[in-house]
Amino acid sequence: MKELAANASTNRMTYREACRQAIREALIDDPRTLLMGEDVGLYGGCYAVSKGLLAEFGPQRIRDTPLAEATFVGAGIGAAMAGLRPIVEIMTCNFSLLALDQIMNNAATIPHMSGGQFAVPLVIRMATGAGRQLAAQHSHSLEGWFAHIPGLKVLAPGTIEDARFMLKAALADPNPVIIFEHIVLYNAEGDLDPDVTSVDIAKARIRRHGRDISILTYGNSLPKSLAAAEVLAAEGIEAEVVDLRVLRPLDNATLFESVARTRRCIVVDEGWKSGSISAEIAARLSEDQFFELDAPIRRICSREIPVPYAAHMEEAALPQTPQIVDAARSLVKPR
Amino acid sequence: MSQKPHIDRESGRHLFKQMLRIRRFEAKCAELYQAQKIRGFLHLYDGEEAVALGVMQALEDRDAVVATYRDHGHAIARGLPMATLMAEMYGKMEGCSRGRGGSMHFFDRARRFYGGNAIVGGGLPLAIGIAMADKQLRPGAVTACFFGEGAAGEGAFHESINLAELWDLPVLFVCENNLYAMGMPLELAEAETNISRKAAAYRTPNEAVDGMNPIAVEAAARRAVDSIRGGNGPYFLECRTYRFRAHSMFDAQLYRTREEIELWKERDPLPRMQKWLEETHMLSPQELRGIEADVEAEIGKAVAFAEQGQWEKIEELERFVLVDEVPE
Repeated sequence: MKELAANASTNRMTYREACRQAIREALIDDPRTLLMGEDVGLYGGCYAVSKGLLAEFGPQRIRDTPLAEATFVGAGIGAAMAGLRPIVEIMTCNFSLLALDQIMNNAATIPHMSGGQFAVPLVIRMATGAGRQLAAQHSHSLEGWFAHIPGLKVLAPGTIEDARFMLKAALADPNPVIIFEHIVLYNAEGDLDPDVTSVDIAKARIRRHGRDISILTYGNSLPKSLAAAEVLAAEGIEAEVVDLRVLRPLDNATLFESVARTRRCIVVDEGWKSGSISAEIAARLSEDQFFELDAPIRRICSREIPVPYAAHMEEAALPQTPQIVDAARSLVKPR
Repeated sequence: MSQKPHIDRESGRHLFKQMLRIRRFEAKCAELYQAQKIRGFLHLYDGEEAVALGVMQALEDRDAVVATYRDHGHAIARGLPMATLMAEMYGKMEGCSRGRGGSMHFFDRARRFYGGNAIVGGGLPLAIGIAMADKQLRPGAVTACFFGEGAAGEGAFHESINLAELWDLPVLFVCENNLYAMGMPLELAEAETNISRKAAAYRTPNEAVDGMNPIAVEAAARRAVDSIRGGNGPYFLECRTYRFRAHSMFDAQLYRTREEIELWKERDPLPRMQKWLEETHMLSPQELRGIEADVEAEIGKAVAFAEQGQWEKIEELERFVLVDEVPE
């Protein structure tokens, strides 16, 4: 713990380093915890999140797995059912499809189907999103799909603080929790508040207060939305930016309260629009907050295409700050 | 070290009675299905009793079991009370899974019974994880993982054997090779129909055994468990067996002949065991009647228990979707 304290004194760090420190802390705190996945050991993690951990904790606790997503995820589920507290890393959410059966049919189902006899206290981490010219098979945003599944908790850290502390809360939770780390955010830098040593995994968080419009978002669309709010502020539009943080279960109360106050709302989601988390939020707002709204709900999502490689095409496929600004202008100052 | 099976009067009658319990239980299930007391999918274990029984004979309380959707035999042989199994199929909250799982999903935490899994091959990765946990938390414990030969078509089968061998995990893989994956004949599904050779490709000790003979299965399972407890990693047991009944209650059995079924019934372990016990004077007609009466009484009690069970309140529908704590 001494070393941890020494590291913690450096408050400025990257999202990647925050993820690494979170894993390291979990391994120190609980001998039942291990990290398992493809290239987490010798390679140091595809996104260098687990660099150095193999040397520190050894191959029993930093387990390199073969390329067998269904089985190492299923093994994480079985290990959690039998008393360990595994962290399973799926290199990217694109590969999680190979493990979807295990996640949906076992992790999300067994606690309920066994009548509460078994719990699955498992954490699955995976990288998500586009923006690094990796082409369609490495650029999906699948968190909305997982948020469809009862029995799971789905987290999307969009800040250094959440990257640093969500893991601890997820490991303390007796349910299967999936953490989606955005690939573009790994290099993001920020300062940690030295007084903060934990975060909840239940609530959305207002990242910027404003009276004119609510921008509901998460992940890498959070910095884009905050940038949009900055532009809008210069024009006299005060946008409130709400970081969803937890995609399942959604924190209705915080979203509803914000929208009821600003009476206007944009949902920004890097997933596709059809059947997405943005669709779910818009539906809930229309069901419950219809009479609080002064304008139609707007959604800014990825274009409904496989994300292309070429930089200009990829940029055009994803939600970007100017679109958020334009949408806000059109809602707050209708023509 | 486990012992080689030694069949005496007591153990012989025990094996026979356990197989009879499964066989008669399944007959009652079929009857109750016709009476619409049991609904959903129902997969009966007739013909395969020697496999579950032989393997469970080699296991101890500390060991874990992962079963398939054809799990009645596994559950009974593992010692789950018939009454809670029947209540489960009635959908009653006294059932072993609170009525949430039905026939395909028996669970019992106290007996380390990690569920009947209804996704073919879906239980193998779970067994890998349970064995990982046991290796760290309960050294010496073995996880017995049952699956049919149809699972050999799934990627998880290959991934799991590889990982168990690679990490020296205490898993007993039990392949119930009954020649048909639902209606798909083995020779139309697999280029290599010798399933145990697939395990050999992953360097896992393996053997194929007559799955119609409980003594042979038990002997093989004890060899396997000894090897696993001895720290030699996993073991693969292919039990060659046959399902006498249809795949489920909705199966016209167009894929096999009556003659083939009759041929296999000549190897039915129950009459063979009975005949052998009678010929060796280990089972008198009176004792046989006693065993049959015991089994019928047990099943009668199980049905009565299920009939008298309570329906879970609809208000509890969402209970355990998310749990508040990890059960101890």
